[in-house]
Amino acid sequence: MLGLSRPRSLFAASTIGLALTLGALSSAQAQDQPRELLNSSYDIARELFAAINPKFIDWWQEQHDETVGVKQSHGGSSTQARSIMQGLRADVVTFNQVTDVNVLADAGLVAKDWQDRYPNNASPYYSTTAFLVRKGNPKQIENWDDLARDDVSLVFPNPKTSGNGRYTYLAAWGYADQAFDGDEAKIEDYMKTFLGNVEVFDTGGRGATTTFVERGIGDVLITFESEVNNIRNEYGKDDYEVVVPPVSILAEFPVAVVDEYAQRNGNEDLAKGYLDYLYTEEAQRLLAGFNYRVNDEKVAAEFSDQFPETELLRVEDVFGSWPEAMETHFSSGGELDQLQRR
Amino acid sequence: MIAQALMRRRERRVLPGFGLSLGISLTFVSLVLLLPLTSLVGQLSQLSWSQYWFLITDPRLLASYAVTLFGAGVAALFNAAFGLLMAWVLVRYEFPGKRLVDALMDLPFALPTAVAGITLATLYSSNGWIGRLLEPLGISVSYTWVGIALAMAFTSIPFVVRTVQPVLEDLPAEVDEAAMTLGASDGHAFRRVILPYLWPALVTGTGLAFVRSLGEFGAVIFIAGGKPYETEITSLMVFVKLQEYDYAGASAVASIVLATSLALLLAINLWQGRFIKRLHGGRG
Amino acid sequence: MIRIGDAPRVRRLLIGAALALTALFLLLPLVAIFAQALMSGIDVYWQNLSSVYTLSAIGLTLLVAAITVPVNLVFGVFLAWLVTRFDFPGRRLLQTLIDIPFAVSPVVAGLVYLLLYGRNGWLGGWLDAHDIQIMFAWPGIVLVTLFVTCPFVARELIPLMQTQGSREEEAAVTLGASGWTIFRRVTLPNIRHALLYGVILTNARAVGEFGAVSVVAGAIRGQTNTLPLQVEQLYQDYNTVGAFTSASLLALLALLTLAAKAALEWRAARRETAT
Repeated sequence: MLGLSRPRSLFAASTIGLALTLGALSSAQAQDQPRELLNSSYDIARELFAAINPKFIDWWQEQHDETVGVKQSHGGSSTQARSIMQGLRADVVTFNQVTDVNVLADAGLVAKDWQDRYPNNASPYYSTTAFLVRKGNPKQIENWDDLARDDVSLVFPNPKTSGNGRYTYLAAWGYADQAFDGDEAKIEDYMKTFLGNVEVFDTGGRGATTTFVERGIGDVLITFESEVNNIRNEYGKDDYEVVVPPVSILAEFPVAVVDEYAQRNGNEDLAKGYLDYLYTEEAQRLLAGFNYRVNDEKVAAEFSDQFPETELLRVEDVFGSWPEAMETHFSSGGELDQLQRR
Repeated sequence: MIAQALMRRRERRVLPGFGLSLGISLTFVSLVLLLPLTSLVGQLSQLSWSQYWFLITDPRLLASYAVTLFGAGVAALFNAAFGLLMAWVLVRYEFPGKRLVDALMDLPFALPTAVAGITLATLYSSNGWIGRLLEPLGISVSYTWVGIALAMAFTSIPFVVRTVQPVLEDLPAEVDEAAMTLGASDGHAFRRVILPYLWPALVTGTGLAFVRSLGEFGAVIFIAGGKPYETEITSLMVFVKLQEYDYAGASAVASIVLATSLALLLAINLWQGRFIKRLHGGRG
Repeated sequence: MIRIGDAPRVRRLLIGAALALTALFLLLPLVAIFAQALMSGIDVYWQNLSSVYTLSAIGLTLLVAAITVPVNLVFGVFLAWLVTRFDFPGRRLLQTLIDIPFAVSPVVAGLVYLLLYGRNGWLGGWLDAHDIQIMFAWPGIVLVTLFVTCPFVARELIPLMQTQGSREEEAAVTLGASGWTIFRRVTLPNIRHALLYGVILTNARAVGEFGAVSVVAGAIRGQTNTLPLQVEQLYQDYNTVGAFTSASLLALLALLTLAAKAALEWRAARRETAT
């Protein structure tokens, strides 16, 4: 028998064939179906986009008389960027971290000038880092210095794996920088105690929330202001209180079209339309409803009593630039690693 | 000897399908197992020895080795005791519900680890069914090494039970009788007569449970706090490095996990082989 | 006949301890899954179950199992046949290689596939150029699942076929039977139970794999989410009931697995006592 005399090459060929067929099948799928946009987003934006997407679909239908679909992928912002670099074919990214889009730009998947393509540094909405404390604020948490007291335990996501956690770290540093007038030794001292007070480092924002709310661990949960408010709505207004510190970090939520994939998926116009939509009054109102601060003046005025005035530090002003902040603080063996070393 | 071996070999080749099964097996093993693993080697080869050494001796990583080994060790010891007890009870006694208990022993293998993870995290959290009872006693399980060991223990329960059970079943009744007629107490007789007989199976089972615990990720991740130096397991470190786009680092850590597990597995296989040989006079 | 540990006191103590520990460590978690899933009543349970995303996760999970199980079944049988019926250099090595997936942490398994098929991987660039997507689509999920489940069937068959020896098959050869006939008429009846057992284990693992799949799936809702991933995401979504609803499906499947296995063992035991 032929098959028996040359089985190796035969089966080598057929197994490689199998892998290829699997791949081909998957890409050949979805013909004749309505166009679908894939939005790769950060961890805690699930409910937000679940609300926005249907509205966008209506909007697009109205404007272009075409029925489209939107699919979502959520995860830590950096994880998402990594997946896209490895071949996850997202058409647009809506991240919570400028660096994660920069990584994609460096890889040639996103245009270099992506920040100039949409208003406000391509950030349709923004937020800041705030505290969620238990009912009645038993530990009297008002500002960042309270978080370094030795009777306070903290929960926030791991700055290594989560953009949310990175903002927390940078906000604390920014506060200390201001409070100690740039005295490195004092800042590092503060940061060491602050990090030492962390009870649990979850990998993402959602994990941290679960830890704080459902597991009852920690006195303070530090996360985005938007998330803090959502939790209060979700788990009861009475059990938790929100504290927005007088000074915190400006958290931009950058958006970009992943040109390389949008082109290939034939979704360029759809992807652009999606991001345009985020700047419309309708979308801005939705965003404000989810406790994100927005730039649309009319909407911002409507929701003004929801967002306390607070000084928002820009990462670029305190740390020079995002790449510098990343290199100094979060790289392997960087400041964060040093601070956590015993 | 050699002639005999050759004879046996020719005799064995009487059966058809050598080429076919060799072809299929080698192809599959190469494509599904070896090819992906070479990509790991490829990543590693981009590192110099000193870089590699620097990566794998990072203090935080060293701490994670300790946490992982300790957790897996506790889990394996727990399973040695629990598995021995269960095997003994299931083989030696009759009681209502025995079949059910026997079947339940395999649950950890049948239940997806992620499901086990969220369930254990929910049960042992400070407001969970069990956590609530432990809290007043000052024992917290979630986000401590206890939780890590617990999750590891749960996912590796079947190993010891299922390796000891058949050996205990095969134990001739005369062994018991001889020991008992010598007038030894239960405990003494068990230690002196039964245990030496079960020893190899017990070690094998415990070893397998240990190896499995070292690599466990899905179940542990939900209950381990991920606190540097305290509750960070090595698998999580691989995951963390991946998030940092640090493929070389991830591969380096992965290679440590892989090498440890493989070495242990090989040792267990060898030990088992020797043990079977002794039992069956050279067969196996 | 007196046997060790037969005294009523010892017996009661040991059985009691065994039952208590089993209840605490195995039964309670199982009960907890269903209790959590049904916490808000059967209506909510049903609603969660019939959500588009859960249904698509069920579909994908079934697809993965439907491809993985047969492929590994065929491979397992051939490997077992090779290792137990022939002697050749490297036999031991092959047997050890097959254990690798047991030793490899699932995350590492996912990583190696990503390194190979990802866009920056060895094969990834070529695949990308030809517009073939493997990672972050179901083929990638199938491949890593193949990896983690490939030892099960072979591991069940090898010890059994080794003890049975090849005398019957050799006799069949001298009678002039073809390879396929020998396998079907002689070997298969002998290994049927072990084979089925291997399939059950493969299926259970294929359905439940989390770590490896999570690395290569890309978390696209309604597209690359398998049931275990769905469990994790809903859990992260504050939707505890939803998470445990999907978890309860997997637990149910686990129970079916256990039942099937128990039934097989029971039949095997009965046949043994009958002969």
